[in-house]
Amino acid sequence: MNHPEERVNALDIRGLRLHLPGAARPVLDGVDLTVAPGETVALVGESGSGKSLTSRSALGLLPPGATTGGSVLVDGEDVLTMGPDRLRALRTGRAAMVFQDPRAAVNPLRRIGDFLTEGVRRTGVLGKADADRRAAELLDAVGLGPELLRRYPGQLSGGMLQRVMIAGALMGDPVLLLADEPTTALDVTSQAEVIALLGQLRERFGTGLLFVTHDLGLAAAISDRVHVMYAGRIVESGPAEALFERPRHPYTAALLAATPRLDARPGRLAAIDGQPPDLRQDLTGCAFAARCPYATGLCHEEAPGPWPVACHHPLEGNPADD
Amino acid sequence: MTEAVLQVTGLCRAFGSVRAVHEVSFSLPAGGSLGIVGESGSGKTTTARIVVGLEQADAGEVLVRGRARTGRARGRAERLARAREVQMVFQDPYLSLDPRTSVEAVLRETLRLHFPGTDHTTRIRELLDQVGLGTRAADALPRQLSGGQRQRVAIARALAVEPAVLVLDEAVAALDVSVQAQVLNLLADIRERTGVGYLFITHDLGVVRCVTDEVVVMRHGRIVEAGPTTEVLDAPRHAYTRLLLESVPRPGWDPDRIAAARRAL
Repeated sequence: MNHPEERVNALDIRGLRLHLPGAARPVLDGVDLTVAPGETVALVGESGSGKSLTSRSALGLLPPGATTGGSVLVDGEDVLTMGPDRLRALRTGRAAMVFQDPRAAVNPLRRIGDFLTEGVRRTGVLGKADADRRAAELLDAVGLGPELLRRYPGQLSGGMLQRVMIAGALMGDPVLLLADEPTTALDVTSQAEVIALLGQLRERFGTGLLFVTHDLGLAAAISDRVHVMYAGRIVESGPAEALFERPRHPYTAALLAATPRLDARPGRLAAIDGQPPDLRQDLTGCAFAARCPYATGLCHEEAPGPWPVACHHPLEGNPADD
Repeated sequence: MTEAVLQVTGLCRAFGSVRAVHEVSFSLPAGGSLGIVGESGSGKTTTARIVVGLEQADAGEVLVRGRARTGRARGRAERLARAREVQMVFQDPYLSLDPRTSVEAVLRETLRLHFPGTDHTTRIRELLDQVGLGTRAADALPRQLSGGQRQRVAIARALAVEPAVLVLDEAVAALDVSVQAQVLNLLADIRERTGVGYLFITHDLGVVRCVTDEVVVMRHGRIVEAGPTTEVLDAPRHAYTRLLLESVPRPGWDPDRIAAARRAL
């Protein structure tokens, strides 16, 4: 497995800011995030929080017209300053992504084998025979047989196809695997299977995993550390279990309370009133202030500092010293 | 016990050699809330579609308020009468609303179809109010609304004809957690106020605990377990129900064990 000595982070995002044309405020506003080799980090948030933009930035997949600040280092190299050739090499090699909907991420008219080997063959990393051998090996690693190489995506179930996508992501031997809601389109029992698989592969290949999800329970179940995002900022970071059991940011607490949980009593949920702030509005102060039951005048005027809890009045909990 | 508003007996439906729904029976008391839980291919959606009338059963019976609705509806009047008994809310409000029709026009069209020749302005305001949409939303087109607001419109449209049963097919699955909570609370309010019965199709056991009184667990087209929601979730008797419960992620969760249990079943 990993060597204990200093290794460069698989992903190191520092002060990432992202501006889109027509938006009154940055879509990402100073995001700091690291993923060490072999570590699983979860990024949690609702739609529009910027969690997907953050993970896509690690592949240099930015929306048209976006301007950026800060840096996004993958394996020590800044993605934001890379040219097209280096980006292509990055995407077939050191960093890879597994998307939410496997059917939308694969060409239905091409065989699984072609899909798996296309990237490494086009960049000339592997020849045909080696690429085919590696594809068969990885299919085996995700629990599928080599006969699948000749099949078409339409002949596979959603869970099987998502495992093929994971095998495909590992073809270039990445140091960083980005998983954007990889189990949201799957049944709960296939979700467990895919998560189990990701965990085994991470141990076996030492890949760093950034797991993007809207599901706090899932994030807490699988990751070493969790970051919670709201309106383009990370509002709370910490070890999964602590954050789940003793949330300190009012947004994290509200999100947990609004989730219909199995161990909760039946009846009404504690819904969060209002909506996240509109991108067309500038923000002064804390982005959550308008919906926060604890907000004071200060919250509306001054944005709280970052780590580990971006809040002027964090909730009672054990002092976070991690 | 209160009289069942929806009674389903021995429902069967096959597609080719696949038994999508096999010998499914359940009943929904007036003003009750029944969940149907299962994974893809369990037959839960086919069951819902037969209840609504979008799909025909090969065998079995569906009674709403004691009236049979199995077999094809004969004529426009009967089709409309059936539509007034059972309404449906789909998962994706983007797909179930016409992008060129404003919120008010959607409701007006439904009301005009079912209750022609009357003025609907008051009723439209009442419906918008019931689902927590202001009069400002009345003129909006679907694309100007958020996902949660759109789903409220779909609910208002379904409630417009005062149905006895509302079938909700993964109706909150596409919503963000905070919005989902708002819509689930809204559904609880509406049931309390109007006495409409819910048939809740979902894969989310947390949602089932939150909004249903009774639950039916389906697998491969059959019911494997049924009973009061709290009993089934607290003391599941069938191995598949236990697997579903254990599959819900939480801290200390062991996906390897679940994957093994799934293969063993």
